[in-house]
Amino acid sequence: MAEQMTGAEMVVRALADQGVTDIFGYPGGAVLPIYDELFMQDKVRHILVRHEQGATHAAEGFARSTGKPGVVLVTSGPGATNAVTGLTDALMDSIPLVCITGQVPTHLIGSDAFQECDTVGITRSCTKHNYLVKTIEDLPRVLHEAFQVATTGRPGPVVVDIPKDVQFASGHYVGPENISHQTYHPKVKGDEAKIEAAVALMMRAKKPVFYTGGGVINSGPEASRLLRELVKLTGFPITSTLMGLGSYPAADPQWLGMLGMHGTYEANMAMHDCDLMINIGARFDDRITGRLDAFSPGSRKIHVDIDPSSLNKNVKVDIPILGDCAHVLEDMLRLVRASKAKPDGAALKEWWGEIEGWRGRKSLNYRKSDKIIMPQFAIERLYEACKPHDTYITTEVGQHQMWAAQYFHFEEPNRWMTSGGLGTMGYGFPAAIGTQVAHPESLCVDIAGDASILMNIQELSTAVQYRLPVKVFILNNQYMGMVRQWQQLLHGNRHSESYMESLPDFVKLAEAYGAHGIRAETPDELDGKIAEMIDSDMPVLFDCRVASLANCFPMIPSGKAHNEMLLGDDVAEEEIEKAIEGSGKALV
Amino acid sequence: MNTQPGSAYFIEERTETLVTHTLSVLVDNEPGVLARVIGLFSARGYNIDSLTVSEVSHERHVSRITIVTTALAEVIVQIKSQLERLVPVHRVTDLTEVAKQNNHEKPLERELALIKVAGTGENRLEALRLADAFKATVIDATTEHFVFEMTGRVNKIEQFIQIMQPLGLVEVCRTGLAALNRGPEGM
Ligand SMILES: Cc1ncc(C[n+]2csc(CCOP(=O)(O)OP(=O)(O)O)c2C)c(N)n1
Repeated sequence: MAEQMTGAEMVVRALADQGVTDIFGYPGGAVLPIYDELFMQDKVRHILVRHEQGATHAAEGFARSTGKPGVVLVTSGPGATNAVTGLTDALMDSIPLVCITGQVPTHLIGSDAFQECDTVGITRSCTKHNYLVKTIEDLPRVLHEAFQVATTGRPGPVVVDIPKDVQFASGHYVGPENISHQTYHPKVKGDEAKIEAAVALMMRAKKPVFYTGGGVINSGPEASRLLRELVKLTGFPITSTLMGLGSYPAADPQWLGMLGMHGTYEANMAMHDCDLMINIGARFDDRITGRLDAFSPGSRKIHVDIDPSSLNKNVKVDIPILGDCAHVLEDMLRLVRASKAKPDGAALKEWWGEIEGWRGRKSLNYRKSDKIIMPQFAIERLYEACKPHDTYITTEVGQHQMWAAQYFHFEEPNRWMTSGGLGTMGYGFPAAIGTQVAHPESLCVDIAGDASILMNIQELSTAVQYRLPVKVFILNNQYMGMVRQWQQLLHGNRHSESYMESLPDFVKLAEAYGAHGIRAETPDELDGKIAEMIDSDMPVLFDCRVASLANCFPMIPSGKAHNEMLLGDDVAEEEIEKAIEGSGKALV
Repeated sequence: MNTQPGSAYFIEERTETLVTHTLSVLVDNEPGVLARVIGLFSARGYNIDSLTVSEVSHERHVSRITIVTTALAEVIVQIKSQLERLVPVHRVTDLTEVAKQNNHEKPLERELALIKVAGTGENRLEALRLADAFKATVIDATTEHFVFEMTGRVNKIEQFIQIMQPLGLVEVCRTGLAALNRGPEGM
């Protein structure tokens, strides 16, 4: 039964029909009819952010922590352009977003009207798909299709650009049941013969390793569960990318820690020396592989991915399997159970012996201090304090992000929200707000840097307005630490524009917004102050003063292979400066 | 020893040879679909040697885009999967690949060109004689010029244009490639 209603009503109705409970947005002339509809109902709650970039990251946090799509509503022109960074971020990290943008009325499109911009043109390359809806007849179909495209296959952001006259126009609404894209039907089931071949390789492997990524998280909790079963059943070691943390429990002995540029020694050495690599939902990103021609030279490679363009893109693999992680893992498990051949226990024992040797290097060791707070120590203490709570962690981008990945440990998927692909400073705080909206009773902490937090600090106002008790734990080293570290590595330790001159007083800043500010300056006061932060029912800015020149180790220096890592405790300052030589300095 | 420059981005020196492939892409004929396809090529640094588009099924709103591209063999594979990833793309067929599988040297490939040549006297006569030899037809003429229409393989058209150069070539318009595979099967 088709119902008659206006375009603006259809938008709100479609959101409700899609099960959307919360959206993040900012009003303006071209979306006023939709805002009027929002005003007159209470199914969909609108969270007013303070900058449209904040809305996109909040929606990402919401999506990543729930597995549901995040929804954004912004106006035309500057509203849409401000959303571009978040859309790109969601595209790079495969986060399902639906972003509704207002547009000038259809008869004004192309006339350089007030607050007109070519939204579909601008967002074409930073969305999975986008639509300009020119008639009311198309609107319900497009709205539902947008959700389908955003959430299926490799998830991603979708923009629906709706001119103001279409919002006012009246037409027939159709519900989501009746809509399915004509041609877009991603393949989820993996090829059985290839999975069989993969299992045969697994049973013969002497030095296997699972290398997993964000795809496992995107595939849903079932994928993480199946992965755990498969890893247990085979007895193989497992490592994961930054985006995949939490899909396998960090407390388990088979867990090697994160791999890649700032991954653990054991994870990277296992990747380098393995004879079989089983990549599940990761994409051989350059932060992971390091030097490509020296990447895991002796291994056969299996790659499970839902995106055909990820297969054989950066690294040629022996068995590419196109499909959804959960579906493929389920088949793998079944075939492993049914297999006559069993994993090679003796070889695995020897392999684990080697791995224990690498573990013995304790690559995450750092110099301790009882006078100043070491940033790594701060994360360790934060982790201990958060353990008893139902915790979600987001981060900004920089050293603190890597330290968080190294020293905060995750046992469950969807607990860790970070900007991996785009590396967007300013992501973490709004993402924590979105996460808190989805999980009002949980502890949501943004692990931040002093530079990054200033990129979306205005969202403190949002947190205060909606009484979202988000905690911002700032590792304040008074530098853009990661930039300073690279300047030390690459540019003669000349700190060109990386010192954070004139930082605000974060405690006073918090108070100015009506939030709570806390400062910790010495290791001995840290635990007490962290407890105060967690106990507070207000949003908190925590100014954690840490050692200003600490570097993030271990590290695979630029252009080096996995087995050429720099470890933190054995590098002298001169060695750091020599670690990256020659013409490569021009390249980052 | 690491002889590579030290960088987070690995710079590979590729020495393999480039290959040219003709791809046929069936798409929903909706606004912006061509921009999506072209944008993909420019964003990812792929080449477009030739591009032809038109609607092939009016009722189903389906257009056929024929793209000739030159790249490393593994990049051609990437191009195909990247194209397939676009939501309005129904199907991508590598006509060059299909031809090879069927033991044909190439798919059927034709192009149409309009060629304007101006001149008098001996040059004019020579142009007309050559056009006849190349089976180009005259579709417009005055005492000072001809416009030839010519359909054929790309190299034949290119050869004709080259020969017309000294005879008073004024301008050329080419359609780009239309291509199908031999045999009874569709794509
Ligand atoms: C929007 C944006 N601009 C610039 C950069 C480049 N960048 C990467 S890390 C970094 C410094 C981050 O400093 P801070 O937030 O203080 O974190 P720290 O590294 O000190 O922990 C910069 C500028 C970026 N990632 N994102």
